[in-house]
Amino acid sequence: MKKIQGPMLSDGPDWTFDLLGDYEKEIDRVAKSYGLDTYPNQIEIITAEQMMDAYASVGMPINYTHWSYGKKFIQSEQSYKRGQMGLAYEIVINSDPCIAYLMEENTITMQALVIAHACYGHNSFFKNNYLFETWTDASSIIDYLVFAKKYVSECENKYGVTEVEHILDSCHALMNYGVDRYKRPQKISLEKERERQKEREDYLQSQVNDMWRTLPEKAKSESSEEHRFPAEPQENILYFIEKNAPLLEPWQRELVRIVRKISQYFYPQKQTQVMNEGWACFWHYHILQHLYDEGRVSDRFIMEFLHSHTSVVAQPDYNSPYYSGINPYALGFNMFMDIKRICNEPTDEDREWLPDIAGKDWLETAHFAMKNFKDESFISQFMSPKIIRDFKFFAVEDEEKDSQLTVSAIHNQEGYQAIREKLSSQYNLSNLEPNIQVYSVDSKGDRSLTLRYTPQNNIPLDKSYNEVLKHLHRLWGFTVKLESVSEKGVVKALGQCPEVAEE
Amino acid sequence: MAHFIDRRQNAKGKSTVNRQRFIRRYKKQIKKAVSDAMSNRNVTDIDKGESVGIPAQDISEPLFHSGRGGRRERVHPGNDQFSQGDRIPKPQGGGGGGSGEGEASDSGEGQDDFTFEISKDEYLDLLFEDLALPNLKKNQLDKLVQYKTYRAGYKTDGVPTNLDIVRSMKGSMARRIALNAGKKKKLKALEEELLTLKNDKHDHELDIIRLEEEIEELKRRIAAVPFIDTFDLKFRNYEKRPVPTSKAVMFCLMDVSGSMNQATKDMAKRFYILLYSFLSRSYKDVEVVYIRHHTIAKEVDEQEFFYSQETGGTVVSSALKLMQDIVQERYPSDVWNIYAAQASDGDNWAADSPQCHQILATSLLPIIRYFAYIEITDRQHQSLWHEYEKLTAMHDNFVLKQIKTPEDIYPVFCELFKRQAEVQ
Repeated sequence: MKKIQGPMLSDGPDWTFDLLGDYEKEIDRVAKSYGLDTYPNQIEIITAEQMMDAYASVGMPINYTHWSYGKKFIQSEQSYKRGQMGLAYEIVINSDPCIAYLMEENTITMQALVIAHACYGHNSFFKNNYLFETWTDASSIIDYLVFAKKYVSECENKYGVTEVEHILDSCHALMNYGVDRYKRPQKISLEKERERQKEREDYLQSQVNDMWRTLPEKAKSESSEEHRFPAEPQENILYFIEKNAPLLEPWQRELVRIVRKISQYFYPQKQTQVMNEGWACFWHYHILQHLYDEGRVSDRFIMEFLHSHTSVVAQPDYNSPYYSGINPYALGFNMFMDIKRICNEPTDEDREWLPDIAGKDWLETAHFAMKNFKDESFISQFMSPKIIRDFKFFAVEDEEKDSQLTVSAIHNQEGYQAIREKLSSQYNLSNLEPNIQVYSVDSKGDRSLTLRYTPQNNIPLDKSYNEVLKHLHRLWGFTVKLESVSEKGVVKALGQCPEVAEE
Repeated sequence: MAHFIDRRQNAKGKSTVNRQRFIRRYKKQIKKAVSDAMSNRNVTDIDKGESVGIPAQDISEPLFHSGRGGRRERVHPGNDQFSQGDRIPKPQGGGGGGSGEGEASDSGEGQDDFTFEISKDEYLDLLFEDLALPNLKKNQLDKLVQYKTYRAGYKTDGVPTNLDIVRSMKGSMARRIALNAGKKKKLKALEEELLTLKNDKHDHELDIIRLEEEIEELKRRIAAVPFIDTFDLKFRNYEKRPVPTSKAVMFCLMDVSGSMNQATKDMAKRFYILLYSFLSRSYKDVEVVYIRHHTIAKEVDEQEFFYSQETGGTVVSSALKLMQDIVQERYPSDVWNIYAAQASDGDNWAADSPQCHQILATSLLPIIRYFAYIEITDRQHQSLWHEYEKLTAMHDNFVLKQIKTPEDIYPVFCELFKRQAEVQ
């Protein structure tokens, strides 16, 4: 590597704004040389208390008021005070400009690491990954949150805090069902959002009325089989409520929409955790190493950096007391490093397993992987046998009826393919969240709404669904039923709200 | 190029409003926890907040999620012993399952309380939410008995210690400018004229002499304006303003004769704690005087008040007399807001009750804000009660209530101090 002459940057340990600026300039230079394409950065220095505030509002700089955020704040404050929890070094927000919070307590080394990690790693991921491109609009999110906060507080003034809280509670209960996974959402700017919001109020109400207008007249002359509503099952429950719940006031619909929009914004994050963290670690590692090779940072700096880096990407074994599942930082980082290795020094095994990338340009391949995949597909595409061996992965099957667990695959020749598939499906969102869809509305009868749960692998729904049904009932206004459909197509009623009295 | 922003100076407590929402929502549970915690406190120990626990189940936010059972497969790292097809006994407590990120809030686990700290103010707010001090409004004027000096602008005379130098110098400068500005302007003009005359080739002897005289005269007059004048002096002004006294004294009277057992005393104690905390919210300093009595009354400290046992008969008037003495001696009613609470199981030597009535009616009730009598018994009302009952008609700062079980304490307290508006 060609040495660029320049003075060595101070290694602190204390930071100053001037020094941060110097580091940022160097990191920016190196990042550009590796082709990282980012939103402009807005780096904010905050205190520990402010960090806890940020935690409480799911990392957003601004959010509407709700008791659950207060609960989260109290929780994190408690565990922080008792020393059960350290605070993150940074929080980064998928917005344009990309906002990153750095903790005041960090040393200059940590600040540099965090700038490389968040402001270049995550930032470029946000800007280029297809899921983020599809589902989020970085330039409007802050404006949208401002709009949401204002709207919620206006509603509180108009209709009372409790009323608003009820609706938000109910929406939060269904928050994970606010995304149409197969449809692309429209991007929208704040002004348009405001303009539309007014029109929408009137329009929506008229739409809803339309749906019910056909009510009793045509009684049962035609065959009652026809015309199920909705024609297709709907997985976006919140959207369905927003458009079709008969009794909601316009402002209540708008609240449903706000919760749905915000949950949609977080939708890509859930599915790209391994990749996103892996990508960010991969780049903070490369960028700072590059600066060290150039002689721009000191030995002390790089030692402190490596110390933090190794602990971030460490993977405790299954029998370690620190084990709490697979560490996304570890898996992601190692997979990107492995992609680089396969490109640069492919073995015969790699050529067999990953013929598409073996021997290719590593930088291009890494960017390609970052842009076009989510955790699930990333693992099934790029996980090499070497990674499986390095991590010593093994799969355990837990069948309810069986009194023992079975080791179904391990890191050997026969197991590679199976481990790869199983791990990939472990990151499949529909495996994590129960598949529940709006099935039908009895639009000619009692207006009841029926949801259907399709279990996978016979995994039942947790009993808490009864509570969720109550929330759904509040939004829908009429009876809400939940059924489950077994693999053989047998439909079983799980619950309904309000409950019917037993006879 | 990145843009750095220092946010550390921004207002803290962005989450305060959410926290308040949380407390608002769970007020009922928190209130319950707060009143439960009452019994574990010392009477004067209210300077701290309270740790409040509410059942975690109450605050959980329901979501659809998978339950136990079915077939699951998980990949774990760090295999050190297993081969394909190995059978492992299922771990107890179900660590094997759990979907997603493992926030295993599955039911069946022990329900931990969600515990958090509330501040002293929040604690007291919750405790005394709908209560108000009785007779406060009516007697508010009576409370204006203390004076406090406060700054009230400036005046032109005063003692040297109160001299405000900056103000005075400002005055001096303003006066000098006002008196001299015109003269200085003129002086400057004359000097310029003099200079031109002097530089002139022609002879202006007479004019020069005249000008020089004028200049001299002006300079003299300017010099005559004093640097500082008595007119400039400004003194800080202080005035006295009457303030409501912030001092209150609370008399705790309790019967410690043989008939009062520890359980009864504990109930009394809780009542006193409530009263003390409540008074502390209205007054800056609250002193507490403990008077215990059987046949003779004695002033004691808190420990002895609640925990030492004595036997003997009961003469309530002895305590009232002692209280009267102490008030006269140490707590003049024009300076102190006097509150009293008497707890007893109602036993009294029969001939003594009329005497109690008399002491209260003539010497105590007219000077004190409030007297609460708590009869802690599950029996019929006792002789003292009947005697006291007559007092309520004539004195609205006298109340009596009966407490049967510890659960009654807080409701009774609330009833006693319920906001006047609600009563009417």
